[in-house]
Amino acid sequence: MKMTGAQVLIECLKKEGVRVMFGYPGGVVLPIFDKLYDADIKFILTRHEQAAAHAADGYARATGKVGVCLATSGPGATNLITGIATAFMDSIPIIAITGQVKTNLIGSDAFQEADITGITRPITKHNYLVKDAGELSTIIREAFYVASTGRPGPVVIDLPVDVQLGETDFVWPEEVKMRGYSPTYEGHHGQIKKAAKAIEASRKPILYAGGGVIISGADKELKALAEKTNIPVTTTLMGMGGFPGGHKLFLGMLGMHGTAFANHAIMESDLIIAVGARFDDRVTGRLDVFAPYAKIIHIDIDPASISKNVNVDIPIVGDAKTILAGLLPLIKKAPDTAAWLKQVEKWRKDLPLKYGSSGKIKPQYVIEQIYEATRGEAIITTEVGQNQMWAAQWYKYEKPRTFISSGGLGTMGFGFPAAMGAKMGCPDKIVFDIAGDGSIQMNIQELATCVCNKIPVKVAILNNHYLGMVRQWQELFYNRRYSQTCITGPDFVKLAESYGAAGIRVTKKEEVRPAIEKALSIDNVVFMDFQIEEEENVFPMVPAGEAINRMIGGMA
Amino acid sequence: MRHIISVLVENKFGVLARISGLFSARGYNIASLAVSQTLDPAVSYMTIVVEAQDEKILEQIKKQLNKLIDVITVTDFTKKEHIDRELVLAKVAYSPGDKIKLEHLLSKCVGKIIKHKGDTAIIEAVGDHQQIRQLLEALGDLGVKELVRTGRIATLE
Ligand SMILES: Cc1ncc(C[n+]2csc(CCOP(=O)(O)OP(=O)(O)O)c2C)c(N)n1
Repeated sequence: MKMTGAQVLIECLKKEGVRVMFGYPGGVVLPIFDKLYDADIKFILTRHEQAAAHAADGYARATGKVGVCLATSGPGATNLITGIATAFMDSIPIIAITGQVKTNLIGSDAFQEADITGITRPITKHNYLVKDAGELSTIIREAFYVASTGRPGPVVIDLPVDVQLGETDFVWPEEVKMRGYSPTYEGHHGQIKKAAKAIEASRKPILYAGGGVIISGADKELKALAEKTNIPVTTTLMGMGGFPGGHKLFLGMLGMHGTAFANHAIMESDLIIAVGARFDDRVTGRLDVFAPYAKIIHIDIDPASISKNVNVDIPIVGDAKTILAGLLPLIKKAPDTAAWLKQVEKWRKDLPLKYGSSGKIKPQYVIEQIYEATRGEAIITTEVGQNQMWAAQWYKYEKPRTFISSGGLGTMGFGFPAAMGAKMGCPDKIVFDIAGDGSIQMNIQELATCVCNKIPVKVAILNNHYLGMVRQWQELFYNRRYSQTCITGPDFVKLAESYGAAGIRVTKKEEVRPAIEKALSIDNVVFMDFQIEEEENVFPMVPAGEAINRMIGGMA
Repeated sequence: MRHIISVLVENKFGVLARISGLFSARGYNIASLAVSQTLDPAVSYMTIVVEAQDEKILEQIKKQLNKLIDVITVTDFTKKEHIDRELVLAKVAYSPGDKIKLEHLLSKCVGKIIKHKGDTAIIEAVGDHQQIRQLLEALGDLGVKELVRTGRIATLE
């Protein structure tokens, strides 16, 4: 059957199961938008392309499916960049489709031309410039396959306008054949056996789980392993929700703003079982003194992640779920961790997470209240800064895909559009963006998108009138010289109302819980403006480049 | 230390940029890079000579190359028996009295005088790393005016 490139695109998206996509039109994508007009795909018109990329990303993180965004050439495409880079750093499968000028104009500095495959090369898992409508279906099939398999990641498809209009026979390639790409899923059996032996022989083991656990859906296996062996578990920011937040073996997050007990435990451990985590510098702190007594087992689907930052004793390349499932029956006797768990519990008791109780609203309290009001069942997205760390510390994530945050790139402005994407993917869930007053202003225009498309996400702005996290660094390391971190914002309540959303201002502690309950009862986007303690800090904190057991206070 | 890596890649748009971009993004230095078609026109062969202080960096380079979708195989020649060659074209100072001396030098590798005109001769030489280095040192005494090199190519024995 003859079809235009644009029709092929829509057909392929449908075959890939795409029900919703996010984006923004422009001249060279008009053939696609024209076909979308009658297509059975819900299109969410964002107010900025960056938000479209983050929304596709939030959708992918919440559902485990591939998120799709679409933008025009040149400025539309470059506006996607931050979103693509964010997805790349956190291994999130998104497909970004960009329009491109006519093939015979490419390279001529034509109107709205940008070399988008060139620009996105270092921030994509792979990218394509489609030169011929005939190759489009194969490319789309490959793109979805590459984005969602192995270590997932964003893929860009750059589609010149004449290719969208070009006619071709539609052929759906049943099979994907790529000789340069074949991810390993099964772990090496001998290595898994070695790992089992090492676990049996350990005395002070710790499980250190990252985003890979969530991506591979290995949470059940992880829990089974921890319970079978009585090994305490700590997760990275990306790993939150990969292990039940309320479990007695859970130590919370580790690293720069991790719990003191998780950091002490990993530093004193004799065996680290790293699962889908990449020993990021925010986790390890000073590398040369990191976990000096520990042997390291590292399970990861990306061979390049292994021994990149730390030397690994037992590397196992493959899918976390498959490998853990294979490892479990090989462990014949659980290690004797009784004394170790006692030590860990003592650290937990002596060095708990805590916060003070001065007159103003404490941000930690707000998050605890959101947790209680939603019974831990909400999907929480975050912006970046103190709000993000408090959200990681004070909400208990029981299930995977309930904590959505920009870990690797640390992108301010991520949380709100990601919340929209998550809500589109999981309409039955409560979706909360925990925001700073600085970050929310980076994609605040999406209020219009939410109102217009009836996407009732809740936004809790922890308003400290500062770029709080940067101010915290200035307080601690730059002698309180608050250079450009005192930031003004609009009247968030009025602003929300002007968009047709709801706004609630909260200035007193007693009003916190009722405001959250009220927000939950409103079937609309709600901005909650919590006027919090202005110079509250995130503790504990490991100064950049220090050993992770050298933490600056948990105050009271 | 210098290492020779060969990479078989899909002969597709943007592959060279992907490979070189990988090196520049991670701050690795490429000492030389030679690319050509293979017997299969859909596949290209690259010989990359790379500077890596330690094994760990070399490992990372190989793993990162392998991660690229268009890379089919990566082979590290460092610990393997291999043959490598490089081609040099040089313009050297020349006077008829030097002819014997120059020809003697060139006889130590595969080399010859291609052309001479006035006080300049253009020579070509093919050799392994050692031979080329020795030749260039010796030529230095005669006076080299211009020099171009292909970068190394290598194959397993
Ligand atoms: C796009 C972007 N620009 C700058 C930064 C650097 N940065 C990290 S945290 C932060 C402050 C965030 O302030 P706010 O959103 O008010 O949150 P708070 O820390 O007060 O909770 C800044 C500027 C960033 N992470 N992302």
